[in-house]
Amino acid sequence: MRPVSYNVKIKPLEDDISVSEMPEGHQGQGFFATSLDSVIGLARKNSIWPLPFATSCCGIAFMATMGAHYDLARFGAERVGFSPRQCDLLMVMGTIAKKMAPVVKQVYLQMAEPRWVLAVGACASSGGIFDSYSVLQGIDQIVPVDVYVPGCPPRPEAILDGVMRIQDLIGKESLRRRNSDQYTALLESYGIQ
Amino acid sequence: MSETYQNINLPAGSIEKTTTTLNLGPTHPATHGVFQNIIELDGEKILAAESTVGYIHRAFEKIAERRTLYQITPLTDRLNYCSSPLNNMGWHLTCEKLLGVDIPKRVDYLRVIIMELARIADHLICNSIVGVDSGAYTGFLYVMQYRELIYEIYEEVCGARLTTNIGRIGGFERDFNNIAFEKIEKFLKEYPKILREFENLFTRNRIFMERTIGAGPISAERALNYGFTGPNLRAAGVDYDVRVVSPYSSYEEFDFDVPVGTTGDCYDRYLVRNNEMWQSLRIIEQAMQKIGNLKGKDATIYHAENPEYYLPPKQDVYTKIEELIWHFKIIMGEINMPVGELYHSIEAANGELGFYFISDGGRTPYRLHFRRPCFIYYQAYEELVKGGLLSDAIIVMSSLNLIAGEMDA
Amino acid sequence: MAVFKGQFYIIMALSSELIQQKLTEKFGEQVSSFEEQYGILSFRADKEINLKVLGFLSQDEALGFIFLTDLCAVHYPDNKGEELAVVYHMHNIKENVRVRFKVFTDIQKPDVFTATGLFSTANWMERETYDFYGVNFVGHPNLKRIMNVDEMDYFPQRKEYPLEDQSRIDKDDEMFGRGGSSGFGNEKTLEGTIPAYRK
Repeated sequence: MRPVSYNVKIKPLEDDISVSEMPEGHQGQGFFATSLDSVIGLARKNSIWPLPFATSCCGIAFMATMGAHYDLARFGAERVGFSPRQCDLLMVMGTIAKKMAPVVKQVYLQMAEPRWVLAVGACASSGGIFDSYSVLQGIDQIVPVDVYVPGCPPRPEAILDGVMRIQDLIGKESLRRRNSDQYTALLESYGIQ
Repeated sequence: MSETYQNINLPAGSIEKTTTTLNLGPTHPATHGVFQNIIELDGEKILAAESTVGYIHRAFEKIAERRTLYQITPLTDRLNYCSSPLNNMGWHLTCEKLLGVDIPKRVDYLRVIIMELARIADHLICNSIVGVDSGAYTGFLYVMQYRELIYEIYEEVCGARLTTNIGRIGGFERDFNNIAFEKIEKFLKEYPKILREFENLFTRNRIFMERTIGAGPISAERALNYGFTGPNLRAAGVDYDVRVVSPYSSYEEFDFDVPVGTTGDCYDRYLVRNNEMWQSLRIIEQAMQKIGNLKGKDATIYHAENPEYYLPPKQDVYTKIEELIWHFKIIMGEINMPVGELYHSIEAANGELGFYFISDGGRTPYRLHFRRPCFIYYQAYEELVKGGLLSDAIIVMSSLNLIAGEMDA
Repeated sequence: MAVFKGQFYIIMALSSELIQQKLTEKFGEQVSSFEEQYGILSFRADKEINLKVLGFLSQDEALGFIFLTDLCAVHYPDNKGEELAVVYHMHNIKENVRVRFKVFTDIQKPDVFTATGLFSTANWMERETYDFYGVNFVGHPNLKRIMNVDEMDYFPQRKEYPLEDQSRIDKDDEMFGRGGSSGFGNEKTLEGTIPAYRK
């Protein structure tokens, strides 16, 4: 019989603190030269302002992620906002019905560049278990999605993993991407100018 | 003063209009889930409110016509997803009523434990979100920690945290092991302290009381006419609890009180839910005692004898032919149900969750209709907030415990 | 705030025979097909008197079914002339007795009187029934679609329409075992299985 174990582990402090790696660059006495992309990426990825667009069960999984047990705030995403004009990351959590799709599109349009989209859960990624006439089979039919988190609902660790992948994407993104032709073509394919 | 406005394009009649239309839209931090309210305001006073739902309509009833009984259990999970085991148990009880399965006592007591834990989880969310909406975020964070304990208990029994798909027609898929019982004991020991702390934050807090007393009251006659059930009806003064009126799963053997309010406003609803949590703790303790008192073969049984709908143990499936055939028939859904119509309801966290099941003798229901309490009492929203202030609208919405998944199905 | 001890509600004099007797006394031939399944008495009524039956059940002293639990519809495509059934579930809270009655209507002209005047709870339940089956409730204050998008022009839960959105391209129906050559086997309807609802 295995011993009873709970999700509470007392760790010594040294293991809790991790330091980000420095971007590559040239440094010397009193100066550090690197590319602007990496510095801005580092700053952006550790201070995301997410917009939780919680529609159904995945929203409750997100509430558990935001709670003290699986803390989202330690990734810098402390301030969740509900105004799209002020947020970077649109986290769509839950089933999007066809009645709700225009609302998602409008919220996405109201966000300012640079913006990222995280589709949490099976319903947001591909319609999930609801293959019916009223459910949109995945939000990538209407908005471009950066990271998909599968699960029904995903465990909080999986949602955190999704956020970390977004952080990787943000850290490596080039500053010119949002003005490039490829990006404009991507948005054109969704009907967004 | 039309000369001042001649260069500005205003819609016709807008200068004369004295009320504002506010769209508390489907995406709003206060709407937990997606439903919309279009409120007509005169300053801050609400004159009219129109509600629209259906933003998460997933066509459960039509999907259920194409799924076998076990495939419908995950659908019922996603009705009121804050307390999925309650919905699952309700569905399995309906199927057992249709098929005429006798459930052993121990299974009943185990089911009662899981159902009451789910009720506590749901009421915790509702009460703490009422706190968040009135500005007190701390209470929510305190209690989310203890919902994690409840999730660990579910995980130990069925493997999943939130949308549990727990149980089978006839019982449970596996026995509760010692770890599960120890976790339940731990919960019973630690949780009352936290609930008391949470109560201290809100129950006699002057600001909370001023916010919630008088917000959205409803009389008992109007509540019955609107089809309210559950804590919202009990807060209005009618002590109708399905567990007491038509007991299922051996609830008649348990000793618990049914808290009832007087005015039906938000404060009464908060208090009713709070007291129901204490009563649920009582029920769980009694159930643990009753399980401890069972002797002999009764003390280890965890499912009824219905080979037609209960998967046989895997070692038998691989070695004996009869179990192999049953396994195949159950998974592929080759078993025909008896013909008939039935309506069965349980006391879910929001009220009377009913299942109207018409079976035509095939493998899937001919018609399955969910009587969803949230959908039915949300109609009363306009009557509840008319004449109140805008902040009352938010508090009433969250104290009614509206779960969008249950509303739209 | 008061706390009441949980009481046991004893099923008393209100038996199925009494309900059936009172209904046939009052309505005669217009109510029929009384049967009891799984503890609930169920009967059918003509659609013109549905409000009268609802009113009688809720206001009569002995019956006292003051609570309308549920209102939904069922589509029987085989019963020509009576395809849509609207089902009402009533509940007597004090004595824990439930009753169910159905009114049948033709699918070409599905008009049923609205119960909103008697029970405010019927308001959205009837809108949902209209949205899914197209039953037109005469006298309803606001009969619009409630669950589906307003622009939808068909009534999706009728048996002839498929469950899945036929315009989706990312899911292969054959692989999921639906449609085409491999149906799920429940396309049969109620031919001869529930005789109480055939004329």
